[in-house]
Amino acid sequence: MKNLSPARRSIITAAAASALALGLSACGANSNPLEEDTAGPAASPGVSGPLVVGSANFPESQVIGEIYAGALNAAGIEATTKPGIGSREVYVKAVEEGSVDVIPDYSGNLLLFLDPEATAASADEIMEALPAALPEGLSVLEPSPAENKDAMVVTKATAEKYQLSSIEDMGPVCDELVLGANPEFAERGYGLPGLKENYGCEPKSFEPINDAGGPATLKALITDQIQVADIYTTTPSIEDNDLVVLEDPKNNFIAQQVLPLVSSASVGEEATQVLNEVSAALTTEDLIDLNRQVSGDEKRNPADAAADWLKEKGLAE
Amino acid sequence: MNIIELVAQWFADPAQWSGPAGIPVRLAEHLAYTGLTLLIAGAIAVPIGMYVGHTGKGRIAVVGAASALRALPTLGLLTLFVLLMGLGLMPPIWALVILTIPPLLAGAYSGIAAVDPTLVDAARGLGMTEWQVLAKVELPNALPVLLGGLRAAVLQVIATVAVVAYINLGGLGRYLIDGLAISDPVRMFGGAILIALLALVVDGILAVVQKFAVSPGLADRRRRKRRETPTVGAVQGGM
Repeated sequence: MKNLSPARRSIITAAAASALALGLSACGANSNPLEEDTAGPAASPGVSGPLVVGSANFPESQVIGEIYAGALNAAGIEATTKPGIGSREVYVKAVEEGSVDVIPDYSGNLLLFLDPEATAASADEIMEALPAALPEGLSVLEPSPAENKDAMVVTKATAEKYQLSSIEDMGPVCDELVLGANPEFAERGYGLPGLKENYGCEPKSFEPINDAGGPATLKALITDQIQVADIYTTTPSIEDNDLVVLEDPKNNFIAQQVLPLVSSASVGEEATQVLNEVSAALTTEDLIDLNRQVSGDEKRNPADAAADWLKEKGLAE
Repeated sequence: MNIIELVAQWFADPAQWSGPAGIPVRLAEHLAYTGLTLLIAGAIAVPIGMYVGHTGKGRIAVVGAASALRALPTLGLLTLFVLLMGLGLMPPIWALVILTIPPLLAGAYSGIAAVDPTLVDAARGLGMTEWQVLAKVELPNALPVLLGGLRAAVLQVIATVAVVAYINLGGLGRYLIDGLAISDPVRMFGGAILIALLALVVDGILAVVQKFAVSPGLADRRRRKRRETPTVGAVQGGM
């Protein structure tokens, strides 16, 4: 170094300095994910910490998740949310792995996911079959009366014209009615084949409308282009348009009660009780109302809608 | 059995080839929607394109509008029209018409606008009326570009008509939408193959039509010009 000219020396210093700076910034870039990883244990499986309440990737599930978390926190059990995890394939795995402790689910679809051959259809049959179908370490708590399932929906005018209150009433007049639903309805067991088998109902024609009972289906129903539509029971448009949901005494559409799917090890007795209270208080009408708040024009934050509901039911302050 | 064999089996099933949900009916529906869409879109786009190309008026507005129309999502439009007009044949067709106008308009406009101005001047000099200039000079000269626009539009429509199955219409899109709805990849694959084949066949037919529809004198003239006066050819190519 002694022999180096001052100019040379400063170049080397600068190079060393910039190398150091690069090294530091590389460190900085790396350190964040590492930090996140090391911060993880607090919320990770097995370790006692806040319960993680997940939810599936649609608004209704997110509101119910917020309700679970809100109720737990109000009861002094620390809980955080992990909203919008994904579809059932993803979140059941997440509960099994322990990255999520509680997640709202629907009894019928959960059973069919776990056991595609299951034949249980009524709410009770499904609750009886579920525990055996669940993988080890998972359990379901008390189901709520709130249900979100496919339903045959008609306008009030149609209901009055044909004296309809159940799908059974629809059987004899089915050939005068046009039915609109998602395309899979034509072929799935609960769809046209199920209506024919259970209620002897063969509609005049079937119109596939691929919006899951959304605005296009509603428009067609209200303008009488179709007379019967498949609309989910917690859709606000049912209430908003005074539509009639036909009873399904033969459980053509299997029961889909809202219930918490939990990791048995991390959800203790106290938490179980809190979640059971929530389930007892939640109704299908509540879900309609909550859906209207979060998915309607208002686009409310699910956590706010959940907090209001908890207050209203006296489950939180 | 792999998917290719399953698809082959699907095609071989005689049930696929008859009845109201059979391939021939779906194919006919698909072509009918395509034809109807092109007729309406052509009736709107071609006159406007010719007017703008001939007069040079409203050029910026038309180019801007065509680009804006291109950016509209077809599925969104389809839903919008169904919400406005209800179920039926026309709401999805209007959505497709809006999709089809830009290539037709661009073809008609740029075809006419690219005609050598000296030809147009010469035609006027001979005492032709504006209509005669358009019909006898500009249109024949613009035909290659215009038909090019038509071919692009036809391909686009055949591929996109599948979306009308999203809401209660038929066509080959039914295989895609229904197959997706009940997780039947074989049916979707079959539908995709049919649509691709249809597009290739129709495009092939149009290529032949294009070849014969263009005046041989025009093709000749272009070749000669390119050979003899490369500068003019280059300018023309640049347009």
